[in-house]
Formats: sequence, structure tokens, C-alpha cells
Amino acid sequence: MKVGVVTFPGSLDDRDAARAVRAVGGEPVSLWHGDADLRGVDAVILPGGFSYGDYLRCGAIARFAPVMDQLVPAARGGLPVLGICNGFQVLTESHLLPGALIRNDHRKFNCVDTRLRVENAQTAWTSDFEQGQEITVVLKNGEGGFVADERTLDELEGEGRVVFRYVVPEGGRNPNGSYRDIAGITNERGNVVGLMPHPEHCVETGYGPSLDGLPFFTSILKQVVSA
Amino acid sequence: MSTTSQSSTTHAPHVDTVGDAGATPEHEQPWVELGLKEDEYQRIRDILGRRPTSAELAMYSVMWSEHCSYKSSKVHFKHFADNTTDEMREKLLVGIGENAGVVDIGDGWAVTFKVESHNHPSYVEPYQGAATGVGGIVRDIMSMGARPIAVMDPLRFGNLNHPDTQRVLPGVVAGVGGYGNCLGLPNIGGEVVFDDCYQGNPLVNALCVGAMRREDIHLAKASGTGNKVILFGAKTGGDGIGGVSVLASETFEEGGPAKRPAVQVGDPFAEKVLIECCLDLYRAKVVDGIQDLGGAGLSCATSELASNGDGGMQVELDLVPLRDASLRPEEILMSESQERMMAVVEPAKLDEFMAICRRWDVEATVIGEVTDGEHLVITWHGEVIVDVPPRSVAHDGPVYHRPLERPAYLDALQENGTAAFARPTTGDELKADLLTLLASPNLCDKSWVTDQYDRYVLGNTALAMPDDSGVVRVDEETGRGVAVSTDCNGRFAKLDPYAGAQLALAEAYRNVATVGATPLAITDCLNFGSPEDPGVMWQFEQAVKGIAEGCRELGVPVTGGNVSFYNQTGDVAIHPTPVIGVLGVMDDVARRTPSGWKTPGQVIYLLGATRDELDGGEWAHVKHGHLGGRPPRVDLAGEKLLGEILVNASRDGLVDAAHDLSDGGLAVALAEATLRHGVGARVWLEEVCERDGIDAFTVLFSESTARVVVAVPRSEEVRFTDMCTARGQVHARIGVVDDQTDGIDVQGQFGVTLAELGEAHTGTLPAVFGE
Repeated sequence: MKVGVVTFPGSLDDRDAARAVRAVGGEPVSLWHGDADLRGVDAVILPGGFSYGDYLRCGAIARFAPVMDQLVPAARGGLPVLGICNGFQVLTESHLLPGALIRNDHRKFNCVDTRLRVENAQTAWTSDFEQGQEITVVLKNGEGGFVADERTLDELEGEGRVVFRYVVPEGGRNPNGSYRDIAGITNERGNVVGLMPHPEHCVETGYGPSLDGLPFFTSILKQVVSA
Repeated sequence: MSTTSQSSTTHAPHVDTVGDAGATPEHEQPWVELGLKEDEYQRIRDILGRRPTSAELAMYSVMWSEHCSYKSSKVHFKHFADNTTDEMREKLLVGIGENAGVVDIGDGWAVTFKVESHNHPSYVEPYQGAATGVGGIVRDIMSMGARPIAVMDPLRFGNLNHPDTQRVLPGVVAGVGGYGNCLGLPNIGGEVVFDDCYQGNPLVNALCVGAMRREDIHLAKASGTGNKVILFGAKTGGDGIGGVSVLASETFEEGGPAKRPAVQVGDPFAEKVLIECCLDLYRAKVVDGIQDLGGAGLSCATSELASNGDGGMQVELDLVPLRDASLRPEEILMSESQERMMAVVEPAKLDEFMAICRRWDVEATVIGEVTDGEHLVITWHGEVIVDVPPRSVAHDGPVYHRPLERPAYLDALQENGTAAFARPTTGDELKADLLTLLASPNLCDKSWVTDQYDRYVLGNTALAMPDDSGVVRVDEETGRGVAVSTDCNGRFAKLDPYAGAQLALAEAYRNVATVGATPLAITDCLNFGSPEDPGVMWQFEQAVKGIAEGCRELGVPVTGGNVSFYNQTGDVAIHPTPVIGVLGVMDDVARRTPSGWKTPGQVIYLLGATRDELDGGEWAHVKHGHLGGRPPRVDLAGEKLLGEILVNASRDGLVDAAHDLSDGGLAVALAEATLRHGVGARVWLEEVCERDGIDAFTVLFSESTARVVVAVPRSEEVRFTDMCTARGQVHARIGVVDDQTDGIDVQGQFGVTLAELGEAHTGTLPAVFGE
């Protein structure tokens, strides 16, 4: 199984995403932002980082990269795509996912181990989770506040397209001001998933706070093998 | 041709050439304004056999500055050389004098690391000062041929509650995070210290670690006649030119550029791209010599590359790509614009070099070549404006033997110890003091700061703050990796700079061993007041001697570092602050020992003996606002033994957690180890009190060195204690990890709950800086 990992100038977690793919027995394939070529991959990860320095607006320039000319129609056609952090921002800028990510409400970069609840265990990237399962995953971002208008939020909730929610203790608040504690969402088909937290940092004993990132990658492996 | 460069040509007709310099020997030059002394200026004239051109004057003045030439400190570095034995040199692949030192960590891997200061810019402009501090040290590491793998930032600020600290600290922290996070380098540790002495002079030090295969080490030298000199990365702008404006005002009367910031402005995205570009260049083996552009910019890069090589160098300065076309040659030579590198490349490899730069959209320009002469010759539109022996600029700067004198105040300070202070005696009083210390600025939880740094990127971080050392994997196959810790207690160094420097070394060494790594080498950042003050110079000499002799005793070489002088406000210098970074190696970092205990039933041992040593410690500082007396006794033999015990225990799986005892003593260490995972402990102190002849207060708050607490699985207890006994390591069973105890139960003294500990520990920084 080949999983493409896109490198934009300023991508940071591309090596980590490739390592996570290898950890479950997949074959990571490096995709270059300047090449309009998906190299026959079965799925694609848009990794974390600061593509093009995130100048202008996070993900706003990456959207226009040649590789995206191929990726956007492929994703609309059902190619599984996972956008992590900056990758999630690129997905919303590309209109593959609704809403937007804005500066954290406390206005600081924030690197913490965060609790998430799996709200949809039926997407291409979450089928190896249990519905309602709670997991611990690394979160690290400066602009991770998920926002959308009320209608879009209601639509996402109504269609079961909220994939992850921050687990917020009684009286507390989520780590970046995301509306309705939303940490990740999916498209109508469930093949495109975007989330702010970083599952690729949670795949190896001794590194990262848990192994709760592994099911993302085993999910896609099974999906691709059975497809 | 753009209109701006045309207009600049119109405004600046005259360039001071070597021909001019020969023809007008009496021409007045602003050497005083550029910070040169009369004899230094005369020496330049003697070297050149004429007056320098204004471009040459610019180069000499900046390269002979304290910052670049180490003119006040150099004479004392003999202590490092005198104390480095052949055995210590064995693991040292590159030593003091290069961009950064390199050590052999085994299996063909080499690791380079260095700590530097960016103190003054960070006070003027906290965000950019701190950000470019990170950028600069990362380029130093890159220029050795390594991939940067982690950063750390030892930071020191004034009083937490002073209004200016509110300006400086958030900016510095955001700058460190903003730059480092965007570079994709995990920030794995460092320090956050508050003391009134840093109020007008915060210390912003930055450390970077890089790794490479042994055969990939690159050096800053220009060799091979005909090889091309390439400037690549960002364009050159007018930032960070500071003092050279005096030359600019001399060379053009009107139409000159507007006043420019003396603090550089960083673009981490440009540096991230530059890192990846450099690594591709190294992989393609197209780089012969390389140097980063940092302090003193092109002046430094050209003269150092040429000086380290075996020939001369010719540079056409007008080919340098500019961000501001009105810049004059003197300014271009001194500009400290960030994100630039200089490479020496064989002509046959030039096309490939350029193709790799194009792939990363990195601008690269051939600006000169290596010549078979002995001079560095720089031209400006065909006219020679610099013609110097490069070594005279880069390496043969002035050397000062500054007067030094033990400060007169020191006797009184050392006699004014803590013995007279009333000490807590009841359990309630001990508990109250513990909670007060835990909430104090230097001992409180620092996650308000460290959560702004990405500690996970690259996926190799095995430990980060608040554990005792940052630990990262180097080899993904075997797990071989390194541990790094930086430490310094400036208060101890104020009381006794020789001992204080050794205590900093001892603490960093101990922290590295505590996580299970074998200490290999050190780097230092020597932050001091004015070298023109004989008292400060004495502190400096004492500290350097302390480090050098301490390193010899511990068997770890100094690989390089940085000296920062003039850290003072008016006549008042900061505490001498020799920050020491120790690097250690581990076969498999997944086996590292963390600081917090988790498993109920494990036995807690205190290793090392406790003496009545409260002077200069946090209890005196927090409870009495007092600094006086003598710092704790240095025991390097004890540290070495303890280190061996900890490394062996880690390798053999005899300990599950280990935490070093330093600021705040045993009480604070127990609280931190408990809070890490919220698992409690029962503790008893009677045996240690009796053995060491001290009371419970002293056991809890003394800052005696060479001590750690460890959690030992019951199944390994006999093996562990046998090892301690066989090697003569002082040890005492002082408690047990117990999830049925809420917090810590110090038997016969007091109990303190997790909620009480947590509330005291975590509230301090958010209360000042907001959630």
C-alpha cells in the first residue's frame, strides 16, 4: 500500500508522517509540492508545518501548489486524504473541508498532550477506532481554532461529520477555542479527514505520549487493501 | 536596472579605494566611533602599511570587537587547553575554534552542539532578539554539515513581578517558539530563572544540537584555487548594521538610507528552506567549505573562510543580491541580515549546486573565487576597496590581559551566611515552606513557557522539559541518541565564581546521567559583566578555571561556546552566569529514565549524603530574600561515581524513575516526582537525619550536591543496593511509591495532598502572564 506524503516548502512533520505509515507496514511515497503528480498512491497525507511560512494565511498559498491541482479532484473522486494540522488548514483553504482554522483564542502557540473523543469511527482514517473511544494525542499549533457558521456546524453535526472532539473537563475549555470543541471533521464521503492534533507523533513506544495514533494508519491500510 | 539602484548610484559617487588610502594617508577616520582603541587603529595601519579604506576599517572594527575576537577572554582559554588530556580528546572530532565542536557518539555518528548568547538584542527587541538567537545557533550547527535535531533555551529574567518583565518575557518566549517551531526543531529543555540582577539585562542563550555521519563533517575553509565562492539564502539588507552607520554618514552626505534597526529581523521559513537545501547540498557532496553568516556578516564569512584555507580570495561585492539597493559597500560587509550562508564549490560541481538551490527556491550567487594569492581582495564595481591578509582580520585581533582583582565585597558576602535565620521545626512549618518554595518563581511549573515550544516535531524526542535532560534519538534503527542539559546557578557563582562554575558543570553532568546517558562533552555560554571591571574579570578567570579543571576531573572536554560580556546596568553587573551545557550518549534512548514515578510499590532511594548547606539556596532566596555565605561543597568525585551508578542502573533496568536534587533540595524533588504523574509517596527521613547528623528541615531543603532520588522496582532492589554498596555509593531507603497516598506523606512530619502541591506549583506564571 502506497501512502503519499506531500512536502511543501516549510512542511515539518512530513518525515514523521512517513515514519507512521512505515510503522504499520505501509509504503510512504514522497510527493513534491512542485510536481503535479500523485505517483499512483492509494492515499495521501498532508502533514503539519508552516507551508510557505504560512505567510498571508495558514494553508492559503499551499492550496495553489501544482500537486494540489491533482490532489483536489482525486480527493473529490474518493482518494483517501488525511490533513494533519497545517494539512487540515490546507484542506479547508482548498474547500475539500468546510470551515476555517483561526488563531488560538489565548493567542499563544500551544503544545500539549490532549484528550480526544472519536465521534465518527466510520471514515477511511478512523475505522480502527471504537465509536466514542477516548484517546490521547499530541496537539501543537498557533492557529488551531476551528470556526464555521452556525448552519455549517449544524450540518456537520447532523451528518455525523464531526470526527474528533476535544474532551473538556467540567467547567474547562478546549485548548484553542474551537467551536463546539471540534478537533477534526470529514467530508460527505468520509474519505477526506482533517484534524489539528498530530497522530503521527503517537506511534512508537518511548516517543510521544501514547500509541493512539496507530489506528489512523491501520484504518487506511485496511481500507486500501479491502478496496 | 531598477530605479532605486540608479538613484543610489547618483547619490554615492565616491568609494574609498585602496588607491585612495595610499594617496591620502592623513585622511581622518572614525575609528573611535567604531569602537577601536588608538593602538588598535595604529596596528591596522601597521599591518596594511597604509591607512585602511573605510571598508577595511569596517571589517577590522567589527572583527576585532569583543563579540567576534574574544580579545578580553582569549588569554584565559589556555585553561581549557591545559586541562584537556589526550584521553578527553579521543571522542572530540572537532574542538574549540570552529563554528561548533563535534563529538563521536559511536556507530559512525557524530554530534555537534553549541550554546550562544543573544542577550542584548533580546532586551531591546525581545521577539526578534530571541528569534534570531535561535536562527544564528542553528546556522552554526548546519555549517558543520549536520542536520539540526533539537534546540534548548536557557533564559534568565529580572523580577517576575517587575512591569518590564511583562514586556521582555512574553516576547522572548514567543520569539524562541515562533522561530524554532517554524523551523521544525523540537525544543527539549533549557531553563527559566528569575533574579533581580537580570532586570535590565536578561540572558537569552540558545543551544542547538545537530547530527551527521562522521564522514560528513564540513569545515569553514576556502581551499583550491579557482573554486567558486557562493553566497546563498536571503538577500542582504540593512538590518543589524548598528555602529557602521558612522561610516555611512561619512561616505555620503545626502540621500543615504534611513536609520535602520540594529536588531536583526528573522524569517524562520527562509531558514527552514535553507536547512533542507544545505542538507541536499551535503548529500550531493558539492560543498567544499561552508560558513554561516552571523555576527559581522560578510566581513566574518569571507575573512574566516580565507584565513582557514590555503590561498587567498577575491570577492566582487557588487554582485551581492540586496534587499535595499542603496546599501553602501561598508554596510554590505557588516550587515547581519539573517538566513544567509557562504559556500566554496569546485567549478565542476557548480551546476549541480545551483540546481539544488533552485529546487528549494534559494537564491544563490557566485560572488568570487579562491585565488592562489595570500590576500582577501574585495572589489566594488571593479575598484579594489579591500586588500588585506585575511588572518589579520579573522584571527590575529588584539589580545588583552585585563587587570583582575578579587572584589573587596566578597569577604563580607561570604561571611554573611544563613546560620542566623530561624528554621522551621514543626511539620506544619515545613509543609508551609515547601508550598511557598514550590510556588516561587524559580521553582514553579514552567509549562506556561515550555508549552509554547514544539517538543515533538521530528518524532525523535524521548524526553523533554520538565524532565532532567532533553533526550533525542539520532539513529532510527538502533535508538542511539543523546541527552542534553543546561544549568547554572548564578547565585552560587556570585558567592564563589570558581565553585559556582563547577556547580553548574556538576548539575548539568548529573542531569544527563540521571536520565541514563553517559556524559561526553560540554559547551558553555559565559555571561558576565564588563571586562573593564577588574572584579568582573576576576570572576571570569575564576569561572573559566573552575570549568576547565572540573572538566578534567570529570573527563569531559569543552567543545566550544560563547562569551558574553557587558551584561550590566550602569555599574552593576549581573551575577556571573556561566551556563554549562552537557551532552551525553545512550545506546537506546527508548530506555531513558524519566523523572516522575508511576508504579506503586517501588522503593524510593536517596543517593548521596546531605550536609547543612542552605547558603545561596532557594530557601534563603525565597523565605529571606538573602544571598550570602558559601555555596554547597563541590564534589566532582561524588558526581562521577553517582553518574556511573545511574548509567548502569538505567542500562540494567534497575531504576524506573530518577530525579536530580538541586534548587529547593529533596523537598522540591519529591514534589516534582510526585506531580509528574500524580502518583503519591510515603517518605521517612529519620535514617538520613541520623546518618548525616542533621534535622528534617536540612534533609528537606539543603542543596548539597551529588544527590538524586530514584524509584527502584522491588524485584531489582537487592541488585541495586548491592551495586551501590560495592561501589561505595551512599544510599538510603527513604520511601515508597504509593497510589493510596494522596500526595506526599512525610512520616512523623506532615502530609501534603496532590491538590495542594498542584495549586502551589502551577498557578504562579499564569497569574502574572494570563492563562
